[in-house]
Amino acid sequence: MNVQYENREGCLRVFLSGELGHHEAISLMARLSALVEDHLPARMVLDLSGLEFMDSSGIAVVVQTARKCQSCGGTLTVAGTPPQAQKVLTCAGIHRLVDIR
Amino acid sequence: MKLLKKDRINQMTLRFPSRSANEGFARSAAAAFIAQLDPTVEQVYDIKTAVSEAVTNAIVHGYRDTLGTITLTVRLYAPATVEIIIADKGCGIENISQAREPMFTTGGAERSGMGFTIMESFMDGLAVRSRPGKGTTVILQKALQARREV
Ligand SMILES: Nc1ncnc2c1ncn2[C@@H]1O[C@H](COP(=O)(O)OP(=O)(O)O)[C@@H](O)[C@H]1O
Ligand SMILES: [Mg+2]
Repeated sequence: MNVQYENREGCLRVFLSGELGHHEAISLMARLSALVEDHLPARMVLDLSGLEFMDSSGIAVVVQTARKCQSCGGTLTVAGTPPQAQKVLTCAGIHRLVDIR
Repeated sequence: MKLLKKDRINQMTLRFPSRSANEGFARSAAAAFIAQLDPTVEQVYDIKTAVSEAVTNAIVHGYRDTLGTITLTVRLYAPATVEIIIADKGCGIENISQAREPMFTTGGAERSGMGFTIMESFMDGLAVRSRPGKGTTVILQKALQARREV
């Protein structure tokens, strides 16, 4: 799992690549939470276009990160979601809680 | 789904310790083995996802803070059905129907309680056998050929 980000005009864009399962989820959640605290973005975009695989561990990552953004006064959008990750998020009904594209 | 032994065309079994570093290996190994049935890309991902859920459960819940052995068996049936069995000898499940409910979890903040729901909706068959203190066996089945007549 590789994490890269850029912060431009209050929008924090984070790019994830590789596989996201339970093995990667705990440290990723902490990493994303720290990024939100450091940048306090008005808008955060979690770009999943580089994800090769995601299981239900990714659901918690998305939901926790959305909550973290909200508690810091911002919003989260999930972008570039590959079909496999989309299917997992839809199955869990996460598209009703978080803006997923 | 009732699968007959006479229709079994191939099988493999893997045994590995319940380290989270093995999750990626286990789901990829299952996906590589079923390739010989010529599945679609979506079917491969469905199976990979379901296997990842079951193996993760054995690691996170079954063996919790201990280390144990997980057995992954993949069986292929003619003309094109796959059966995958994931077994642990961990703590077992007290109440299986409660565990299978969406959003039910006994795990931490990184768990969503959606593992069984995903296994059920991504596969054609899910059976769970478990005894507290003895362990858990999850059986996943999926038919890969088009099931609708043209
Ligand atoms: N192999 C297992 N051994 C013991 N308990 C299990 C096992 N698999 C699942 N469970 C129980 O079933 C619950 C639901 O599992 P699941 O739907 O995958 O959600 P999650 O893993 O997010 O908790 C778990 O929280 C756990 O209590
Ligand atoms: Mg699970």
